[in-house]
Amino acid sequence: MLFDFNSYSNNVFAIDDNNVSYSYKDLWEYGSELNNNFETLRNLCFILCTNTPGCLLGYTSFLNYGNVPIMADDNLNEDLLFALIDNYKPGYLWVPTEKESKFEGYVKKYSKWDYSLLKRIDFKHVELFSDLALLLTTSGSTGSPKLVRLSYKNIEANTKSIIEYLNINSSDRPITSLPCHYSYGLSVINTHLVSGGTLILTKYSVMQREFWKRVKEEGVTSIAGVPFIYEMLDRLRFFRMDLPSLTTMTQAGGKLSLKLHEKFGQFAKESGKKFIVMYGQTEATARMAYLPPEKCLDKIGSMGVPIPGGKFSVIDVDDNEITTPETVGELLYKGDNVSLGYAECLEDLQKEDERCGVLRTGDMAKFDSEGYYYIVGRKKRFLKIFGSRVNLDETERLIAQDFKDLNCVCGGVDDKMFVFITDESKKGEIKKYLSEKLTFHPSAFNVVVIDKIPRNSSGKILYSELSKYYK
Amino acid sequence: MSNLEKYNEAFMEVFQIGEDQLTDDLKYQSIETWDSVGHMMLMAALEEAFDIMMETDDILVFESYPKGKEILSNNYDVEF
Repeated sequence: MLFDFNSYSNNVFAIDDNNVSYSYKDLWEYGSELNNNFETLRNLCFILCTNTPGCLLGYTSFLNYGNVPIMADDNLNEDLLFALIDNYKPGYLWVPTEKESKFEGYVKKYSKWDYSLLKRIDFKHVELFSDLALLLTTSGSTGSPKLVRLSYKNIEANTKSIIEYLNINSSDRPITSLPCHYSYGLSVINTHLVSGGTLILTKYSVMQREFWKRVKEEGVTSIAGVPFIYEMLDRLRFFRMDLPSLTTMTQAGGKLSLKLHEKFGQFAKESGKKFIVMYGQTEATARMAYLPPEKCLDKIGSMGVPIPGGKFSVIDVDDNEITTPETVGELLYKGDNVSLGYAECLEDLQKEDERCGVLRTGDMAKFDSEGYYYIVGRKKRFLKIFGSRVNLDETERLIAQDFKDLNCVCGGVDDKMFVFITDESKKGEIKKYLSEKLTFHPSAFNVVVIDKIPRNSSGKILYSELSKYYK
Repeated sequence: MSNLEKYNEAFMEVFQIGEDQLTDDLKYQSIETWDSVGHMMLMAALEEAFDIMMETDDILVFESYPKGKEILSNNYDVEF
């Protein structure tokens, strides 16, 4: 079993915003009770994720008893949510009880801790590959049906490795500053549940007073953030807050600006805390590299070295390994945490391991003479908006579906998507549409009206000509 | 531009709303665009508009349209 809570069953696994504590013993017992509601083994279970004890009860029980969860964002646009459910037709849903009536074609079987298990009325048992443990979304917000297939070995290996390099133990008390459908947020949960630590579950964000109240009252020891969260912390004058219990700050989910890397590194050094820049992808379960905190200020801009059990290589355009430092190529990762592959439809869940431990990351990288790695760009067309991957081609397709005959091209930089159109009258509408459809704040989108879309003689869009707008 | 106009401008631009929505009921999370990201953007816009640096506590208790005016006038000498 992935989560064996028996050796620390008296520990508290979670404390919620109402100060209610939940023990590992209860998580174990109710997990077993929940599992009694299944009539078949190896079911596909869709989880609508929130940082609550109920959500984690389903998640841990499903993984322990061989049911396979699909983790979906609770804030996903409803049209996209139902399309995702329709695509995979999961036999069971595990959803907040207050939302159960939204799901037509499902009936309730069990409820615990404000979550309910719903069973599909026209339930059909489907075959799932024996090693398949968990399914995570990649480009969550566009509602793409593309899921990352993770095995039991993947989760176990990555969890163990992260615990080792972050030195996590049962006295650790992280606060949930990231959603748990997101691989980085989930890795925080996995590593602490396996160590017997206590999760401080909160619905508040770092921009709310209540969040910091929880941090202080509960003696939170660590916080995890994507680059945008660190920008918020900086704006909040985080450095002046008195947070004695906080010892560890981790960062992943995109490249932090050099300025903030240095600023937080300096702050950590002066206040005796650890600031750890990391690198990962859902395709590698979560984590592939980390910058040891003692090297934080020596290696600004670096994402560090491979995690225990992992290995990097950088390859040139002919797939030959680059051995000269400071030479850019595509980053390759090897390790037991490399996912099995992708799924786009139900049949794909029978697929076996397509990657065999090797991941082409799609990130362009180099290493220095001391073996520290740096990400310098991306091979594929996507951006990270507030830590979440957004595929630019998929976004263009969404717009094309809903705005017929509109010339539209997407580009941009992390946290700022540029949408180029030629029809001025659609400017406001596009901004609103994307913000609602992709559920990002409108400030993440900059709609620019241009005379015509730049194309080469064969009609291919010249994305590089649009980069002058990103400055 | 008067201080009130600057203040209103920041809200309308960041939250993509009209002047009619600038009421005493406008609060954090009362509209979709005033989320944590929107809050940070609003603070950035106000700091720039009034050339001020806001304190942590003021950013965290800035919970509504009227409360913000109170904070700016009490702690940053912005008169409305």
